[in-house]
Amino acid sequence: MTVLKILFKRFLSVIFDIFPLLLVIFIFQTFVIQKPFPHLEQTIMGIGLVIIGLFLFIMGLENALFPLGEGIANQFAQKGNVFWLLLFGFTLGFSTTIAEPALTIIASKAGNLAADSGSISSDDSSISFFVYGLRLTVASAVGLATAIGVLRIIKGWPLIWFILTGYGLIVLTTYFAPEQIIGIAYDSGGITTSTITVPLVTALGIGLAVAIKGRNPMSDGFGLIALASLTPILFVLLYGMFALGVS
Amino acid sequence: MSQETGLLELLQTSLKSTLIDILPILLVLLFFQAIILRKKIPHLKQILFGLFLVVIGLAIFIVGLEECVFPIGTRMAEQLTDPMFLTKGNEEAASSFLSSGPVDPSLFTWIYIFAFTIGFSTTLAEPALIAVSIKAREMSTGAVSEWGLRVAVAFGVGFGVTLGAYRIIMGTPLYLYIAFGYLFLIIQTVFAPKTIVPLAYDTGGVTTSTVTVPVLAALGIGLASNVPGRSPIMDGFGLIAFASLFPIIAVLAYAMIGQWLDNRSLRSK
Repeated sequence: MTVLKILFKRFLSVIFDIFPLLLVIFIFQTFVIQKPFPHLEQTIMGIGLVIIGLFLFIMGLENALFPLGEGIANQFAQKGNVFWLLLFGFTLGFSTTIAEPALTIIASKAGNLAADSGSISSDDSSISFFVYGLRLTVASAVGLATAIGVLRIIKGWPLIWFILTGYGLIVLTTYFAPEQIIGIAYDSGGITTSTITVPLVTALGIGLAVAIKGRNPMSDGFGLIALASLTPILFVLLYGMFALGVS
Repeated sequence: MSQETGLLELLQTSLKSTLIDILPILLVLLFFQAIILRKKIPHLKQILFGLFLVVIGLAIFIVGLEECVFPIGTRMAEQLTDPMFLTKGNEEAASSFLSSGPVDPSLFTWIYIFAFTIGFSTTLAEPALIAVSIKAREMSTGAVSEWGLRVAVAFGVGFGVTLGAYRIIMGTPLYLYIAFGYLFLIIQTVFAPKTIVPLAYDTGGVTTSTVTVPVLAALGIGLASNVPGRSPIMDGFGLIAFASLFPIIAVLAYAMIGQWLDNRSLRSK
């Protein structure tokens, strides 16, 4: 009975999550654009799928992604070997980014831009060389950010130092980077935020902060995502300077 | 072809891409668990079942978005940026709008309203943000409320997208806004309560996930291709950059207001 009650409450909260979006779409379609919904059946079925999908995802979040991240953080903290933990952070960040579809899209866009501007020759092999280079660069950036972020939690260094240094460097490189790459670079900060990676990495950071004595889960546990969305901007700008020339 | 098979096919491709998302994570976890830590994963059955729910749930969620939210959202973005709509169906005004130089930003009222409300509401439906705010509530032992955080972030995204739309319409360079935004943010960070800073910067990366990006991209490209003198390549991007900057400002402001209210009530006692 209680299980059913919890499930029902979750289901209601998912409907609350989706409701504002449905309201916006409904109001604009009816009152501003003033046209009937083109495929009403399809739309209603879509809404049903969104609600069911989000409901299942949130159940899985608490059953798998959170305990998995916290569990592995605990085991590493018990083992006490910093090197393996940093390597784990790097590998996790690198491997989740290199396969990310959003990165593939951004990288090929940047490849075409570079070819159009004449910075690299426009045959397929040099474009794909440029594109793979960019993907490797961004994935390494995220891997490095995760490893540095883990080290920061272990040492208890304040995040604000890293943020200030990072954005300082970004401002500086933006000044020198070729103009075509800037929009792409800034948008690439969002690459690292896949819906599965975020909860896992968040749970990892918090798990470490809880397991290590003297760390505060709020001020030390969060911040891994922040670093992982900062480094790609910097690295794409640098890659642009390196591959397309200084502006 | 009936609609049923279309839906099944969509589910299959969506399932495939979620599996590709989770595969590297599983491999890395397995490797470190088996070779380095050499320990069994506790509650393995529960975790496997949970992972199954995550993959299936996300796949169904994305198919649902592709079926209802994305087509309507993108069509709305296109229709709202159509010169005929902007000039309220006046054909003469529409054609002169396309050829004339300086743009009257007041023609775009509905676009600003759409930008704000769609940014706000898609952020509330973002699964990754739900995850982070659950953890924030647990770790702050209730000081940060789940809905408070999410509404603050959604407000930031809504504001950022509106400003981003205004920038595309006016054609001012992206870096000006970004530079001022980050300058403001850095000053704000110095004065904000220290414990909230990492969480605030995390939300900047979380907001631009599954739900928000496709609709925002459509809005940006629709605007940039219809407003005279803009190019979709140079001006269409950047909405996402705005949507990751302003949530940080909003969450810091949320914490600062909370702290100020606490101090005031303490003082009055």
